[in-house]
Amino acid sequence: MKAAPFEYFVADSIDEVTTGLADSGEEATIIAGGQTLVPLMAMRLARPALLIDVNGIGDLQGIDLLAGGVRIKACTRQSDALKSTIIGERLPLLAKALPYVGHAQTRNRGTVGGSIALGDPAAEIPLVATALDARITLVKKGNSRELSIHGFYQGPMMTSREPDECITEILFPQWQGEGRRGTGFQEVSLRHGDFAIVAAAAQISVGEDGVCARASVALGGVSGTPFRISAAEDALRGTMIDDPALRAVANAVDQAVDPQSDLHASASYRRRVAKVLVERVIREAAREAANHAAGDAP
Amino acid sequence: MSEPGRSNLVHISRKRRVKEDKRFVSGTGCYVQDVVPAGTKHVAVLPSPYPRARILSIDLERAVALDGVNAVVTGEELAEHTAPLPQGLNLPNVVWRPLAVGMARYAGEWVVAVAADSVHIAEDALDLIEVEYDPLPAIIDPELAMSEDAPLVHPEHGSNILYSGVFTWGPVAEDFEAADHQLTFRARWGRSSTVPIETFGVLAAWREGTDTLEIWASIQMPKYAEQIAHALRIPLNSVNVHNDVDVGGAYGVKRGIKHTVLAGYLSRKLGAPVRLIEDRLVNLAGGDAHGPDRIFDTEVAFTKEGIITSLKIRAIDDAGAYPGRGPYQLAKPITAITGPYRINSVHYEAISITTNKTGQVPVRGFGQAPTNFMLETAVDKVAMQLGIDRLEVRRRNFIRSDEFPYTIPSGTAYDSGDYHAVLEKLLDLADYDGLIQTRDQRRSEGMLAGVGIATCLEPSGGNTMFEYLMNPAAEITTFMEACQVRVDAQGGITAIMGTSGAGQGHETLVATILGEELEFDPEDIRVIHADSLAGLPTLAPVASRMAIMLGGAAAGAAQKLKDRVMRIAAHNLGIPITGLEYSGGTVFDRADHARKLSWQEICFIAHNQIHKIPEGLEPGLQAIHVFQVPGGGQLPDDQNRVQLYPCFAFQAHIPLIEIDPGTGKVTIVAYFIAHDCGTIINPDIVRGMVIGGVAQGIGVALYEKFAYTPDGQFISGTFADYVLPSVFEIPYVQVTEHCTPSPLTSHGQKGTGEGGYLGAPAAIASAVNDALAPRGLSLHELPMAMADIEELLNGGDSI
Amino acid sequence: MKPRKITLEVNGRVRSATAEPRLTLLDFLRYALNLTGTHMGCEHGVCGACTVMFDGLAVRSCLIYAVQADGHDVTTVEGLCNGDGTPGPIQEAFQDAHGLQCGYCTPGMLISAQALLQSTPDPSDDEIREALGGNLCRCTGYAQIIDAVRLAAVSFQGAGG
Repeated sequence: MKAAPFEYFVADSIDEVTTGLADSGEEATIIAGGQTLVPLMAMRLARPALLIDVNGIGDLQGIDLLAGGVRIKACTRQSDALKSTIIGERLPLLAKALPYVGHAQTRNRGTVGGSIALGDPAAEIPLVATALDARITLVKKGNSRELSIHGFYQGPMMTSREPDECITEILFPQWQGEGRRGTGFQEVSLRHGDFAIVAAAAQISVGEDGVCARASVALGGVSGTPFRISAAEDALRGTMIDDPALRAVANAVDQAVDPQSDLHASASYRRRVAKVLVERVIREAAREAANHAAGDAP
Repeated sequence: MSEPGRSNLVHISRKRRVKEDKRFVSGTGCYVQDVVPAGTKHVAVLPSPYPRARILSIDLERAVALDGVNAVVTGEELAEHTAPLPQGLNLPNVVWRPLAVGMARYAGEWVVAVAADSVHIAEDALDLIEVEYDPLPAIIDPELAMSEDAPLVHPEHGSNILYSGVFTWGPVAEDFEAADHQLTFRARWGRSSTVPIETFGVLAAWREGTDTLEIWASIQMPKYAEQIAHALRIPLNSVNVHNDVDVGGAYGVKRGIKHTVLAGYLSRKLGAPVRLIEDRLVNLAGGDAHGPDRIFDTEVAFTKEGIITSLKIRAIDDAGAYPGRGPYQLAKPITAITGPYRINSVHYEAISITTNKTGQVPVRGFGQAPTNFMLETAVDKVAMQLGIDRLEVRRRNFIRSDEFPYTIPSGTAYDSGDYHAVLEKLLDLADYDGLIQTRDQRRSEGMLAGVGIATCLEPSGGNTMFEYLMNPAAEITTFMEACQVRVDAQGGITAIMGTSGAGQGHETLVATILGEELEFDPEDIRVIHADSLAGLPTLAPVASRMAIMLGGAAAGAAQKLKDRVMRIAAHNLGIPITGLEYSGGTVFDRADHARKLSWQEICFIAHNQIHKIPEGLEPGLQAIHVFQVPGGGQLPDDQNRVQLYPCFAFQAHIPLIEIDPGTGKVTIVAYFIAHDCGTIINPDIVRGMVIGGVAQGIGVALYEKFAYTPDGQFISGTFADYVLPSVFEIPYVQVTEHCTPSPLTSHGQKGTGEGGYLGAPAAIASAVNDALAPRGLSLHELPMAMADIEELLNGGDSI
Repeated sequence: MKPRKITLEVNGRVRSATAEPRLTLLDFLRYALNLTGTHMGCEHGVCGACTVMFDGLAVRSCLIYAVQADGHDVTTVEGLCNGDGTPGPIQEAFQDAHGLQCGYCTPGMLISAQALLQSTPDPSDDEIREALGGNLCRCTGYAQIIDAVRLAAVSFQGAGG
């Protein structure tokens, strides 16, 4: 289990990364944390001719609170994100999900942007990014663009990133306005720390009257990409998040998922468990919202 | 010799550090991967992508031409120069070789091997090899493989049935006739293995100057050197296995004979040391180290009081493409085929099948764990059918402590035990009534909760007479282990054992027993592992045998050594031995303690003063003792009744589990064990073996499976898909002990190396079924995967 | 593909050796620097046998290429020993609790435990499990490892952290 030969280049700046990508095209691969890439290379399922190492670029690291939300630079370690008070206070949904990402030893190396870039349909960070309508900044030589997470994923491990583009940051917008907020995150995996078989995330906002004003509900592991279930969100808005609303949510989930079978779980398992987990994350979020003072983050 | 179970033990049963631990914690153990002599060549192997395919052609040209490649070998070349690998059963037409010849019989089977200057280059060369295959339909289901028209895995053998045998011990038909009740069930033990964290590895170095093949290997296998000599067609005294290699976990499965033959051949061919270290992909798919994969169909006859009178068992085991010694795992459990129960008669049909799956290997317990799982399922089912408490059914069926030695229908006498007492200790430890209340509380909160019970035997001490039951050509009755004790001229004690260790703490075992017998601090006793050419008779650390067998050998050697010491002292003090007293190495005149000879003086005489050594005693101070299995050594009688293993440890397990009704996920809330392995030599080692075995058993019960698609592709090829439980999945297991000494061993000890593995799968299965029972559901197939449980619970409600 | 010179600090000493880019830090430590205490278990980042500290944090050395460690600081199991080579406090605790059997996963366990105790001197059982969750052990069933970490925590605190 040894990687095929490759050339290695340490980039000291984003410019060097984009130049390297422009010059080498699809032969080059960015290595950030490497926690998924290195095993794929060891199994020779990935054989880049050139690795461009971005770990030393200071401009790619850091977590900042901006007017529009929380910006996480792409090469920020997952463990740093987990320790971040900004994320703890402003992105509680992400804070809830991060402990499920691998183990302490992989989070110490793995990056937020790396997980976003890979686009595993069961991974936690892409799921939360989907639930929170994250925006992804991609830079290439002489150009940059910002994309919504929605549409960024095109299928399992497939994104709309061009081969010569580098993800530099992810913006998690904050919900504006009043209301009590709550979040829920749940996943089922074989072992703690394994990739989820099914994962669900929800963030809601309820008014003083207990009526749901806004809801975001997303699922991972049940389709080719993580996705928001807008019909479920519609079914929650304007309700007291009561049993009829949750039944409508379950129907919406049932309509929305398109799961596949694999070694560890059948498609029908994923379909049923998706409904279970969505109900649980909504209840969790509703409980939290009920306990929150109005105007609390997020 | 010390009295069994005596309470005045100084070192035995006392907490003390494990001698081996210091080198392991400081990173200075010496594993096979740490042995890399200058000039070593590295091997990589090319696996077959097909489960069953004719090999039409192999093009090696580009691989051979790659810079840094030293040799590229096909199965044909290897077959010209080596004999087929030895297997257990007499199957001349089921030929097992390191590299496939003409036909690949499972996905992952090795087809070509490359030796190169680095393993990186060797793997680069694999990319350049082109093999043309003719894929054929694979045979994957063992029951379908038995049908007349099934394609044949080994056409020359003429059938996919490797072995089929029927045994009847006692009046089975009469007992079934007379029974108040009968029940029938099917239980399935999934394909799994103990999968050590260290893969198998070997370094083979042919030394032309001495005509010896020097072997360092991560091995745990009886008769390893013999098998190497046979396959490589060299004399046994040309094979030198270095037993001072630390083995990174074994649990039965470190048996890389095919790896060794390949590396040995390449070393001779290249005149260089050759190293073959499995990577994890090779280990899981192509290491020929899968365990039992078994279907039990069992009928139980029992009275209205719940007394089980007879069993009819049919066991079909899928040995994969190459059975190795695997099929004997159907025979070993005959040694405890009725478990701890007074069952009057047994009918046992054992069938071993070949399919297009990875080859089989002996796994911890050698077939006992699946058998115990089936037996415990039977007992729980009897209890459920009669509405009698599961504990009560066990109490009614247990052999009583005053009935030992107790001979079961298949002819083995159990040495000793007190199953009722151990069970009571367990109930105390677990606060059983409280546990049931907790379970019921959880149930009332909407969770599925279950308490499991398993009461199982651990046959220990080894013996191969079960081989003869399946293969009369195997008329082997010896199963010995040896120890040599040497005292140097300074009085330092060194013990020699003939085999390697894999974490069982043999050095600690030997030092503790010698320390006890010779009255020295075990800390000061050195224990070494002799190379096979310099070494002693040994049959390796298998069969929960080392505490009994190596312990017995050490105790025997100590007695012989002490006898020499006494003779030297008697000669020099002019006092008959009967008038002498031994204490801490010094020999005193019983009548006058001022008259004495110190240990140093005696050792000096032994090494330097032949004129002070009694006539007939050789100089130096050393003794060897070879210990044979107590009570064994006989062939079966005309009804296939035979004494198999000598000693029987007992363990009782109670887990409390919860099942998430929405996801099927099982959480083990608590786990309690009481066990009796007779006299404990080292408490920490025993506790570790028991709990470690439980963890592996939990893996078998809930997580681990070598899975194949219906068309034969292997889909559990990484640690992401073959799921070993982590510290999150394994609860903090609580253990208590009971001691019923064995009358057959040096200090009353029994084996415990197979540990909790022999009971935990049964216990977890029992708990899951207890949790499912209120829903009227049951599940008897391991592993009980989360998705399977959920399917059972909710599958009917959905598409 | 051309070997590069790599200079890094290992266990407090500056070490230098060449390696081609595809050599993992694990293989580099074992075969270029002859620090064989770090073990290969799976080479795909699941088992944790190869865990080392990288700039003070526990990581999988099979998932980092040696070239990426140039200029960095690495601690292996050998580095947990005292200056005279005798076992350090956490290694003593693992012996006292027999928190191991075959010793193969042990170096990775020790590193993960050390990393935990450096940041969390008095860990709860949940924190211990969280820290060791990425290290698979096949021998012990983890109980005596947990005991060992608890014991080490006591001795760390006794020694003033």
